[in-house]
Amino acid sequence: MRPVLYTVTSAKREMASTMTITLEPPRQVGIGQTGAAEPGAAQVGIAQTGVAQPGAAEPGAAQGLVPIAPGQFNMLWSWGVGEAPISASQSGLDGALVHTVRDVGGVTKALCAKQPGDVVGVRGPFGRGWDIDTARGQDLIVVGGGIGLAPLRPVVHTILASRSDFGRVALVVGARSAAELLFRSELDCWWRDRAITVRTIVDRPSRDWHGSIGIVTNELPRLEIDPGRTVVMVCGPEVMMRFVALNLIERGVAPEAIQVSLERNMQCAVGQCGHCQLAGYFLCRDGPVLTWEVARPLLEVREL
Amino acid sequence: MSNRPLVMAAHDLGALFGVLADDGYEVLGPTVHDGAIVIEAITQPSQLPRGWGDAQEPGSYRLVERGDGAYFGFAAPAGTWKRHLFEPRAVLWRSRRDGDGVVFEPGEHVRRRRAFLGIRGCDLAAIAVQDRVFCGSPAKSGSGSPRRSADPVYGAKREGILFIGINCSDPASTCFCTSMGTGPAIGERADLSLTELDPALPDQHRFLVHATTDRGRAIAARMNLAVATDRDLASATAVRDGAIASMGRSMDTEDLPARLREAAEDPRWDDVARRCLSCGNCTMACPTCFCADVSDQPDVAAGVDERVREWASCFQLDHSYLHGGSVRVSTKARYRQWMTHKLSTWWDQFGVSGCVGCGRCITFCPVGIDITEEVRAIRASKSVPLEEGTAETGEKGHSR
Ligand SMILES: Cc1cc2nc3c(=O)[nH]c(=O)nc-3n(C[C@H](O)[C@H](O)[C@H](O)COP(=O)(O)OP(=O)(O)OC[C@H]3O[C@@H](n4cnc5c(N)ncnc54)[C@H](O)[C@@H]3O)c2cc1C
Ligand code: SF4
Ligand code: SF4
Ligand code: FES
Repeated sequence: MRPVLYTVTSAKREMASTMTITLEPPRQVGIGQTGAAEPGAAQVGIAQTGVAQPGAAEPGAAQGLVPIAPGQFNMLWSWGVGEAPISASQSGLDGALVHTVRDVGGVTKALCAKQPGDVVGVRGPFGRGWDIDTARGQDLIVVGGGIGLAPLRPVVHTILASRSDFGRVALVVGARSAAELLFRSELDCWWRDRAITVRTIVDRPSRDWHGSIGIVTNELPRLEIDPGRTVVMVCGPEVMMRFVALNLIERGVAPEAIQVSLERNMQCAVGQCGHCQLAGYFLCRDGPVLTWEVARPLLEVREL
Repeated sequence: MSNRPLVMAAHDLGALFGVLADDGYEVLGPTVHDGAIVIEAITQPSQLPRGWGDAQEPGSYRLVERGDGAYFGFAAPAGTWKRHLFEPRAVLWRSRRDGDGVVFEPGEHVRRRRAFLGIRGCDLAAIAVQDRVFCGSPAKSGSGSPRRSADPVYGAKREGILFIGINCSDPASTCFCTSMGTGPAIGERADLSLTELDPALPDQHRFLVHATTDRGRAIAARMNLAVATDRDLASATAVRDGAIASMGRSMDTEDLPARLREAAEDPRWDDVARRCLSCGNCTMACPTCFCADVSDQPDVAAGVDERVREWASCFQLDHSYLHGGSVRVSTKARYRQWMTHKLSTWWDQFGVSGCVGCGRCITFCPVGIDITEEVRAIRASKSVPLEEGTAETGEKGHSR
């Protein structure tokens, strides 16, 4: 499946090594095409003579992709470099895509260097994102560490857009230092608005840091929770997600009410290259978001 | 036309090649190359491995002269049909810089009419397994799992193949297709199925021919074959029974997916890890393994970037690479991924076993690791399922 060519319309520096890019679809936006499924694709059986037309319905270059949901990702392509899986850091936009990328290597460096007018190839949307609907009518705790806040930002946007659908909502954000707090000005806005509880905590505080110090799990005990009606969404390093989950389970939250977004090597994004396997799951398709009930026994096995 | 099996004299194989050529088929079949039987394009019966058998043992493969005129008197070929469908290297698509933009060109989607001649039960099953990976499927109803997407490059290769199967007569010591339910008989899984009869008796050397599809029947009809006699049918049954009786290995698959799921911390993985070289030969030889690296291979000066898919293996360290380190670092973890995927998690993903019992991984393992023996060892092991919470303290998985 080929990428659809999007045009960068803005490139905003979030911090030293992280950029947020906004992408506009090709001008002539057709009916949405999902990259993950190619309608009319062939189902060929042994000794079957019917004429199949595999790939007949590849997304045309002049069509945008179907809207991306919070927690889903796209494969972003920089010509001549390669592709990387990158989550939507904003959703619900009319055709445009917003992605926040941390430069850690070849592809992400190329993506972070994009300027307005540059072209970025997009395949997607892929995977299963956050199950926000289960949180309606419930309390919600959203925990993001580092770049892990990016796929959670659309969750916050969704909540703020229909705030009364949710009970108490807390956002806990961890970073190494204040300078590495992602979306800092937006966090400040949310904090001032008080529509949701916002707590930030940094590991290595600078002198002017007045917030909490430590790792996100230190912040959790300060939240008042009603475990029977609490849904949790966590994204960050695997160790961090594990400690958050264990901490909240100790306080009575059900494992199935905790959603985590997992990262694995992803190259095809369509369940065919095998790189993203976690036991029976292709995380590109069945994930990246899994409930802790499902993820825990798998993550507990070393090197699974 | 009745569906009664027909009979074809061995010297009429040439006529079969003729009919296939007339119909524009490129024929792929077994042939001897560099001391091994591989699958290549062939145009006449003399290119078949006539008179050759194979001796396959854990860690060893060699051809042996049979002393008769059998065309198909060997077991699973060293080469796989897989490399003609899911190729070792394929260009998925190509893109060319064009001013400020990029234009796409399709990869290699050459469609040819192909006949797979002399394919065995295990290998037919293996293709059916790979079809589930690459041909897409609707979402499984009720499971909530999304539909699988289809790969056009595989689809173009896969489309319209005529299967002329061979009922296996001479399983190797490494074969266990009976355990996996994939052979030695191919039943109705090919357009035409052949059983080679009396290869030691030149004047009686013949094939029982069973046509099971319209295409198969049309080809058989043009060969003016005689209807099989009861004696022919009895001989074919004897060939099948002989093959079943001489099956070299077996695997107890009862409840195996669950057993392996519970055996993640079994000490046997440490044992096999001491022998395994992590070379990945088993995955390259296996007719169902589908792992691949997908990467851009640009020629920046020429303004061309190719998206290339190349065979990869879960035994490679970088298979599970993430920024910061691989997930499966130890050989133990990689071997466990391989065997558990084949026999357990493949069921979760595709609703079938990922192992068809062809025995290639046993034969082509340089140190002779035997998947059937490893299954027996795990079954015999007293390892208890992981208890909730036992693994909570230490550093689990990759620490990132
Ligand atoms: C579902 C998902 C969502 C993600 N969302 C974001 C996001 O919103 N923002 C963000 O900054 N990062 C995100 N990442 C991480 C990002 O995809 C990796 O940092 C990126 O792939 C690294 O590629 P690279 O070439 O820049 O880095 P390198 O470290 O140079 O990678 C070298 C090679 O390693 C492989 N590799 C390394 N990490 C990965 C990976 N995760 N998947 C596939 N191959 C990998 C690639 O083959 C790559 O070419 C996400 C990852 C996943 C799986
Ligand atoms: S993960 Fe390993 S065993 Fe499974 S298909 Fe890939 S290479 Fe084969
Ligand atoms: S795992 Fe071994 S025996 Fe099973 S299909 Fe693959 S190569 Fe054949
Ligand atoms: S990324 Fe290829 S199978 Fe998931």
